[in-house]
Amino acid sequence: MKALLLIFAAAAVILIVLSMVHPVGKKISLYVILIAIALVMLLPFYMMFVMSTLSTSEIYSFPPLIWFGQNLVENFKNMVEAVNLPRAFLNSCIVTFSYTILVLFFCSIGGYAFSVYDFPGKNQLFAILLGTMMIPATAGIIPWFIMMSKFGWVNNFKALIIPGCANAFGIFWMRQYCQNNVPRALMEAARIDGCSEWTIFFRVIAPILTPAYASLGIMNFVNQWNEFTQSLLILRKQRLFTLPLLLRSMVSDRGTDYGAMMLASTCAVLPLLICFLCASKFFMDGLTAGAVKE
Amino acid sequence: MKTKKKTGLLATLWQYRVAYVYIAPFFILFAVFNLFPMISGFILSFFRWDGLGPMHFINIENYVNLFKDVLFWKALRNTLFIGIIAHIPILLGGLVLAYILNSKLVKGQNIFKTIYFMPMVTSSVAITIIFQNLFGYNYGLINWVVQLLGEDAVNWLGGDGSLIKVAVIIMFAWKWIGWNMVIYLAGMQGISSDIYEAAEIDGATHAKIVFHILIPLLKPIILFTLIQSTIGMFNLFTEPFVLTGSNWGGGTNNGGLTLMMYLLNKAPQGGTAYGYASAVAYVITVMIVVISLILNKVTEDN
Repeated sequence: MKALLLIFAAAAVILIVLSMVHPVGKKISLYVILIAIALVMLLPFYMMFVMSTLSTSEIYSFPPLIWFGQNLVENFKNMVEAVNLPRAFLNSCIVTFSYTILVLFFCSIGGYAFSVYDFPGKNQLFAILLGTMMIPATAGIIPWFIMMSKFGWVNNFKALIIPGCANAFGIFWMRQYCQNNVPRALMEAARIDGCSEWTIFFRVIAPILTPAYASLGIMNFVNQWNEFTQSLLILRKQRLFTLPLLLRSMVSDRGTDYGAMMLASTCAVLPLLICFLCASKFFMDGLTAGAVKE
Repeated sequence: MKTKKKTGLLATLWQYRVAYVYIAPFFILFAVFNLFPMISGFILSFFRWDGLGPMHFINIENYVNLFKDVLFWKALRNTLFIGIIAHIPILLGGLVLAYILNSKLVKGQNIFKTIYFMPMVTSSVAITIIFQNLFGYNYGLINWVVQLLGEDAVNWLGGDGSLIKVAVIIMFAWKWIGWNMVIYLAGMQGISSDIYEAAEIDGATHAKIVFHILIPLLKPIILFTLIQSTIGMFNLFTEPFVLTGSNWGGGTNNGGLTLMMYLLNKAPQGGTAYGYASAVAYVITVMIVVISLILNKVTEDN
């Protein structure tokens, strides 16, 4: 690896000298660093797109081909033959959407209750809720699985949707938002108008919570969409596979078409990636919200 | 509201029913799907049980066997090695990139942020599949570059298995650097620019600004990312598992075996040693809690 180190050292020296000579040199060297890393970040995505247009033998050739080939249609045919991608896409959608919607519902009513109502034991219960966030869920993973099989939830989406859908972090997050944004006067006014507590929440409060719904929703959606370990334990039938499981199954099967697999990866990754690129600020704020706000 | 009356528990519950109903889902689900498994997991770790037959109480034998198992230590070493080494580029790289983007010298902050963040919305399985190809011995792009530089091709995923960890680290750093960068950048933008300007007027160098102003102010955020990634490290499973072609042993010579893989391979995936696997889960949990506490303590003291 001597050559590699030499190149890095030389590049570093050039950049440092450049930045010391002149302010513009400094600017240039900063851009060089940023662009070089950006290229490294983009390269795997680019190679995935390239390889989905190559045949398996082209992918295994050396030196590797780094420009698009003509095998896209063939790969597509092979992919359709080998796996049921639309089905996996649908499964991923079912799990992710129902999970996210339930999270938003349960966490918002929970956080709202902790924020606006006074009831005996409120502080103690909230302290317990915060405490549960300190304990890693790993501790109970084996009994959790046994429980799922006793419930008949192995090979059932419920196991991935129900257990985590009212989570401590979401309630904590919603409570913080309610503390700062729910006007008590509005609630009182609605109460005087004779609205029930349910109506107040759904008609008056829920619209106010939209930004909090967006952050919490995106956070849970992305994590659940890409979730792998739990799905691997629970979903063992091919027709129930979510996208990550489907991709995994293509790797482990001997003799699978590499080009078709790359195309499947592209198809699996692209929808969320496009959404991200269209609204990257929204995604980044949502996904890092928990870290930045605390 | 009304003055508190001396009433029974049921009356209280009824009076405040709306609030209790709203918060009930969390407590019910937590009790059923977290608390109960946690407690029964602890009890189960003192038993031998194959999941079907009768359970045999065997005292701490599971824990004794666990600490005697060479493979467990191998998994622990691998997990710690990957976790610790991968943090160097993730932490330092994230800080440096955030610092560069936060300086007024460069434009296009959002474009760079977006590109660096792309891996975070991408399935780990897909990422690993691509990297598995890039790391290929006879055909991979990485070895092509290595050979262009005049070195011998590196057998990343095969050989004696020692380089699987390095491959996982490279992949991990690639994935997480953007996440940390975005968080640190948000933290830096929360710091008033007056502080930098004052420091610059006083003639402080960049290194001084970073070490004496930025890092102390960012400490809570850095701590948060560290605790998060400690938990992530002990749950590390997807990347080495898929990278080694769904090999439950973690590839050649168990080079990519992690604690989580070791655990799941005992039960329920590979075998049916439910009691033993529960003991492993508890050891992992204790390690996560201890490391989190140490991290908290270290950052409080300074």
